[in-house]
Amino acid sequence: MADDVRALSAQLAQDPQSLVFLRLAEALRRKGQLEAALRVALNGLERHPHLADAHDLYARVLTDKHDYERAFDEWDMALRIAPNHTGALKGLAFLYFKVGDLAQAEAHLELAQRIEPDDPSLAQAVAMVRGGAAPPAPGAASPSPAPLPPPPLPDAPAVHTETAPVAPLDESRVFAGLEGAQEGLVLLDAAGRVLGGALRNPAGADVTDAVAAYLAGVSQEAARTAKLLGLGSWSGLSAEGRHGNVHVSHPSKEALLLVVRDRGVPLGRLAILAQRATAMAQRWLERQV
Amino acid sequence: MTTARGGGFGHVLDLITRVRGVRGAMLVAGDDGLVVAEQLMEGIKGPAVAALAASLGGRLRRAMEAAGLGASVFWHLQADQGTLLVVPAASGVLVVAVAEPDVNIGLVRLELLRASEAVA
Repeated sequence: MADDVRALSAQLAQDPQSLVFLRLAEALRRKGQLEAALRVALNGLERHPHLADAHDLYARVLTDKHDYERAFDEWDMALRIAPNHTGALKGLAFLYFKVGDLAQAEAHLELAQRIEPDDPSLAQAVAMVRGGAAPPAPGAASPSPAPLPPPPLPDAPAVHTETAPVAPLDESRVFAGLEGAQEGLVLLDAAGRVLGGALRNPAGADVTDAVAAYLAGVSQEAARTAKLLGLGSWSGLSAEGRHGNVHVSHPSKEALLLVVRDRGVPLGRLAILAQRATAMAQRWLERQV
Repeated sequence: MTTARGGGFGHVLDLITRVRGVRGAMLVAGDDGLVVAEQLMEGIKGPAVAALAASLGGRLRRAMEAAGLGASVFWHLQADQGTLLVVPAASGVLVVAVAEPDVNIGLVRLELLRASEAVA
């Protein structure tokens, strides 16, 4: 298995556009190396955002990490791309069962069964749900007792732990190529100074500076709140508004990243967009050192 | 084990704390950050958390209004070892839950919204 991972990593390094990331992330997931699997899956998803299998894979890793909300969004996305994706149908059935919605769990499994009538595991899962037992988690992982160190990953986002620099900056390039870079993404320093990106309100007016001013200090307050509650380090702050949703994260100790989208983008999906933007911001901040 | 105060709102907080994975719940005055009622695990400093939650909620609300997104109806702070979930009620009271990291967010959100209607 370790050789598999090494070989697949080498293949991916050689051709980062290939779909071998699907096999590599799955191999890592099955070994219980969830963080490494997550990074591989996310990198693959960045390159292949319209590949249903990539969303399915990412959802399985998230499920192993008990991040069911985001897993739901990913499987939902996989089904939007490929309505007959049985992996996503099984995944959603599992999540519906977990929240006690047996009717939806059964409906999703039955749909999967209609698409793949010869899959005996589906008949078994339907029977289990009807009997009140949980269907198996999609591709249940079997963690290795002594996980190997993660393999080198092509273009893996570097984790930035130093204080963000304040100058000189090339603001236009922080989120280059990312959707919404000039209307729904902004990177700030601890004082609320805009490092990159821009925000526009629904009427199209530039509100970047006004929003940035209110967010100065949020990082410190979030950190203090999490500490007081014994919650460890904060990783994100999501909010649902009447006309749109926001997600705040911190790509470095002092920098703050804000992603804004309309209400049609659920919070789970927004968090995924924020993860991608955070990785870009971290890389960009590192280059400024 | 929990500490409780603000008995008149006990039934409202019960809606939230009965959800599996919820460690505690509070009602906080949004304008001054004072605790109105609480059912928290022992060891959690309710007044300090209330003050910070109100301050954080205030910043978020102003930022969202400046962005043209309207008032926030739900927000949650995610951390390594847990999560803080908040629904601002129409009365200005914040309905707050502290929960495990793997709690069913959708279910807690639903109960917070129900509780916010009860205190509105």
